Amino acid sequence: MYVADSRASTSAHDAVRPPAGRRRAAVTPTVLALGTVSLVTDVSSEMVTAVLPLYLVSGLGLSPLGFGLLDGVYNGFSALVRLVGGHFADRGGGRHKWIAGLGYGISAVCKPLLLVAHSLTPIGVVLAADRTGKGLRTAPRDALISLSSTPETRGRAFGVHRAMDTAGALLGPLVAFWILRATVDGYDAVFTVSFCVAAAGVLVLVLFVPGGRGAPTAVQRPTLRAAFALLRRRDLRRITGCALLLGLATVSDSFVYLLLQRRLGVPDRWFALLPLGTAAAFLLLAVPLGRLADRVGRWTVFLAGHGALLAGYGLLLGSWRGTALPWLVLALHGCFYAATDGVLMAAASDSVPEGLRSSGLAVVQTGQALTRFACSLLFGAAWTVWGDRAALAGAAVALVGCVAFALTLRPKGVVGA
Amino acid sequence: MSVRNRVLVLVSALTVLAAVGLAAVLHASARAERRDHTQAGGPRVTSGTVSLRGSGRLVFRNLAWGPHRDELTSVPANDPDGPRTAAGLKCLRFYAAAGTGVCLQAVRGPVSDTYRALVLDASLHIRNRYDVPGIPSRARVSPTGHFAAWTAFVGGDSYAGTDFSTRTAVVDTRGGELIPSLEAFRIVKDGRPYRSADVNFWGVTFTDDDRTFYATLATKGRTYLVRGDLRARTVTTLHANVECPSLSPDGTRVAYKKRVAGLPEDAPWRLYVLDLRTMRETALAEPRSVDDQAVWRDARTLVYTLPGDYGADLYEVPADGSGRAREISRAAVSPAYLG
Repeated sequence: MYVADSRASTSAHDAVRPPAGRRRAAVTPTVLALGTVSLVTDVSSEMVTAVLPLYLVSGLGLSPLGFGLLDGVYNGFSALVRLVGGHFADRGGGRHKWIAGLGYGISAVCKPLLLVAHSLTPIGVVLAADRTGKGLRTAPRDALISLSSTPETRGRAFGVHRAMDTAGALLGPLVAFWILRATVDGYDAVFTVSFCVAAAGVLVLVLFVPGGRGAPTAVQRPTLRAAFALLRRRDLRRITGCALLLGLATVSDSFVYLLLQRRLGVPDRWFALLPLGTAAAFLLLAVPLGRLADRVGRWTVFLAGHGALLAGYGLLLGSWRGTALPWLVLALHGCFYAATDGVLMAAASDSVPEGLRSSGLAVVQTGQALTRFACSLLFGAAWTVWGDRAALAGAAVALVGCVAFALTLRPKGVVGA
Repeated sequence: MSVRNRVLVLVSALTVLAAVGLAAVLHASARAERRDHTQAGGPRVTSGTVSLRGSGRLVFRNLAWGPHRDELTSVPANDPDGPRTAAGLKCLRFYAAAGTGVCLQAVRGPVSDTYRALVLDASLHIRNRYDVPGIPSRARVSPTGHFAAWTAFVGGDSYAGTDFSTRTAVVDTRGGELIPSLEAFRIVKDGRPYRSADVNFWGVTFTDDDRTFYATLATKGRTYLVRGDLRARTVTTLHANVECPSLSPDGTRVAYKKRVAGLPEDAPWRLYVLDLRTMRETALAEPRSVDDQAVWRDARTLVYTLPGDYGADLYEVPADGSGRAREISRAAVSPAYLG
């Protein structure tokens, strides 16, 4: 069943709404404001991510190896945080803005704390808090994007948001290294500027993203039970099921870059720059693929994105070794993100009632995150036992199976143009 | 609030935030000025010729403030806190033996810094350059000067990425042939072949036969001392809980840092010496946590760095567990004794 959702206009919208008679803008001011918040916040967080290893090794003289242990524990915790954030955002008729704001705020406050944390444990705690903030805000933010765009233009709205988000992620390291060069051991300056940037992001959210949405159209009390009862809806169950399945065959980014280096002999110098290639492709393709999803159906584009990933696996496994190969693999990898990340949220939005939007999106995101984490563990184990090539071949076969199975499920939610 | 007021609030807040950010950057760049002035009461550093051939000299990266900060400097081995001769070559990490040096440097790129390893001859001329995939952490040259090794931290790439790994390369300095990663070697663990994707190596130390080396292997959260064979391309585990081994000049003992139970997580190590024949461990008299690959000044004394006001200072401690630790030079890191 498809739930129509009328875009409630709020006082914030009235001021910036295009004059009547013109076609309503596909990308509303709210989406642009949220995109700006994400762009600015990503500049801030990627600044820290970019200099953190250097700071640990050269600034504090610590070994960064002790960190990996935190990750596994933390993955489970962040899944829980996501669900909790989604649930609270739906309470009281939609507190999406405030829960998202809390998430952005926590992350902002973490930046100056890095100035006073000088050993691994406190730094680990600060990073965990930072990621808690990220987990808290993701579902409400995506819910806001979906609630402030029409079903026909949702793919594009998510595409614009993801493109802005990725632009921030690409800018962050540039800003950070510029500061490091203009100063001597300017890590404190990087963290301070990062905090200022994050605070600006929170401000844009508070000032320019409309808050309460009045009474939700679908009168369903946002209880936890209701959130899980969502999975009784056939559409959402299918989408979640497919996202889980496909997540199981999605090899994590760091493995992809390692394979690129091992199989294609990417020079060591470029290794750190590989993620930038993926991000650049994601940035360029997010909007066009979002629009395509609105036109030809989100599900089609979502599956095609996994096809792109499969093509990337194929290139890594194949015997062709051209100079263009790393570029092609990175382009396909970025294409996979552009065709799946926002598109999945757009597809899921169609089958979750407004009153439970954050909870529903959180369920899908959490499921996907957990299966991807499981895939990382499985892939690592397969790599150990059979070597990298066989492990990748296994992932490719699993991906073919998952895509084939997903094709048979084929949830509706295809909104024709 | 009207749009106009909201924009006003945003603009004024942005002005304040921009001022704070700018002040932080200016404050940090003012340090550059201070650092370029020779530090009061610090060692005297003058430009000069540094050779890796001499004997009775100690070469290290000078951390004292002033125009020669981060350059390789040479001092008499028996007066490590005496006047320093600066070579003009900047290295993050350095080591030398038998007239061959290895220098790990940062290279400024358009987006971020990249790193490279330079193999140097006795006059510090560059013989070979190699890319290093991450932040340099350890460097060693074999006693014969025929092999060099270095370890780099390769960082994660996820959001607030905390998954680090190390990559250790070995190079034959005669032909320039590079083994980019020891992870290509076959592992024999506890007598059986062992494979795992999470294997990391760091801290190579060489014997004088141009074939055997020792290093740390880490897998499944534990570390091991391994003996490696450059010809057979294998490593074999010998002993658990050994990091950054450093082989004594006579090849019978290994100094290393050991994780000791009950210590804080950010300062978990103590210096130990392992007798390779009896596998007996001896705790050394340094009470602090040492995160360094120690060097043997001679058969009886170990030299290592601890964090200090200018980055790091050099200390020495007897290798048999007796006596006590003593500071020998301030503002110095990556020491190498020549001859």
